[in-house]
Amino acid sequence: MNQWEVVIGIETHAQLATVSKIFSGASTAFGAEPNTQACAVDLALPGVLPVLNRKAVDCAIRFGLAIGADVAPKSVFARKNYFYPDLPKGYQISQMDLPVVVGGSLTLQVGSGDKAYEKVVRLTRAHLEEDAGKSLHEDFHGKSGIDLNRAGTPLLEIVSEPDMRSSDEAVAYAKVLHGLVRWIGICDGNMQEGSFRCDANVSVRPKGQVEFGTRREIKNLNSFRFLKEAIDFEVQWQINEIEEGRKIQQATVLFDPDSGETRMMRSKEDAHDYRYFPDPDLLPLVIGAEWVARVKGELPELPGQKRERFMTGLGLSAYDAGTLTASQEIAAYFEATVAVAGANNAKPCANWVMVDLAARLNKEGKEIAEAPVSAPQLGGLIQRIADNTISNNIAKKVFEALWNGEGATADEVIDKQGLKQITDSGAIEALVDEVLAANAANVAEFKAGKEKAFNALVGQVMKAAKGKANPQQVNDLLKQKLAG
Amino acid sequence: MSLTLEQVKRIAHLARIETSDAEALSTQGHLNGIFQLIEQMQAVDTAGIEPMAHAQDLAQRLRDDAVSEADRRAAYQAVAPETEAGLYLVPKVIE
Repeated sequence: MNQWEVVIGIETHAQLATVSKIFSGASTAFGAEPNTQACAVDLALPGVLPVLNRKAVDCAIRFGLAIGADVAPKSVFARKNYFYPDLPKGYQISQMDLPVVVGGSLTLQVGSGDKAYEKVVRLTRAHLEEDAGKSLHEDFHGKSGIDLNRAGTPLLEIVSEPDMRSSDEAVAYAKVLHGLVRWIGICDGNMQEGSFRCDANVSVRPKGQVEFGTRREIKNLNSFRFLKEAIDFEVQWQINEIEEGRKIQQATVLFDPDSGETRMMRSKEDAHDYRYFPDPDLLPLVIGAEWVARVKGELPELPGQKRERFMTGLGLSAYDAGTLTASQEIAAYFEATVAVAGANNAKPCANWVMVDLAARLNKEGKEIAEAPVSAPQLGGLIQRIADNTISNNIAKKVFEALWNGEGATADEVIDKQGLKQITDSGAIEALVDEVLAANAANVAEFKAGKEKAFNALVGQVMKAAKGKANPQQVNDLLKQKLAG
Repeated sequence: MSLTLEQVKRIAHLARIETSDAEALSTQGHLNGIFQLIEQMQAVDTAGIEPMAHAQDLAQRLRDDAVSEADRRAAYQAVAPETEAGLYLVPKVIE
């Protein structure tokens, strides 16, 4: 086994965050009554002409700059011809020979812990196009129903090079891309509503072979989990086919999440003669240097740049920096926490945001923007851990209190609930002496070599101190006394 | 360059145009006449001239991103052959 290499390229359709369609003034709002947002242009009534939406172009430029690609000074719209009832014109307006964005790359962190590695995936291109309508195949007396609200919705189709070598890399790529389009505000990333969907081109080849194997394209994967499951199934299927002596035929397949299988949708031979040609209704799209410069000036600090800064400036690990730059919201929360707690507490800030806060949010199904504990409150709490006012354990109690609105600041909670840590060594010593006197059995066990007895004694002291004694001091004092 | 009868039939199929053999044959003649014209034009030296994507040497005008179209579903659907629940009905299509 293991003599096969997997090759994956991904095409992503990202719905652009415009209020109107790419070539008409109809609304793009999700969830409207069928066909109430399909105007004459979207319906392809005779005599209509497309007029390009400036914001859609703006989004494409933003994306191009964010991935370090070339923004084409001149790009051309083409007609992709095919017949389907949800495509009233009989063609989709897309871009073929001269797309708006060429090249670029994304850097991914794949895996975690010791097995984590960095991977650069090159992008081929990104082009502007319009979405089609929706066909409903439920029974309308043996007919299909057509809703054209989605027809003409602006899409950016983002095409990667076949650089990925596993489903994990494919998922990492999709996640980074998903994070990026949301980060730069060109797509809401809502996968349930179809705002971000992936097609995966999958092939296998014997390890060491230079030529690619024949690929099959898995269409319309709208969750990261389905992306992984579909690729894993498809890879195994292709390997079995080849090992049993059959050839892979180029084809388009669909993934059925219920059965976990991919199945053939159409063979590529006939259907894919789209007879592209430049759309005579649209002139070339010219993007001047000053437009690109203006968009560049409006771009926020990009996730890659922020990640780099978190690593070099704040000393975070690649994994932590990657997690904290998964979205603008997380990054902003983390930075606001550090602003209060201080840069030298960046590591505990990272842990609190990624572990404690994330777990609490998860438990209540809340987004970070809705967190009841604000970043300055958390920063204040971390300060009190850093200056030994409270221990980590007590801090969890304070966090819970802040979450439940039992105080405006960590200081107020600590004060009101009397949680200040006991650091007075005289007071701790008194507690230690008490515990040693009352637990002669444990002391004897420890002296007989039972390490566990030590922990029991620490527990007793902490209990006597109601959890408020400084754990390090307790440890040190106990050791001293027991050795003496 | 010229088209074979086979290619003409394929193009007709892709365009969903039903053609009899006689029609295909006469269409082949017309199309190949156009190809001859193109061959004549290809004799012109175009070295160093940037290809144009449109007959007019102009750039695309853009519009601001604003909703300007109101819902006119009732008017559009009044001329549709069949509708139900706001949907246009068409012969069943299933891949």
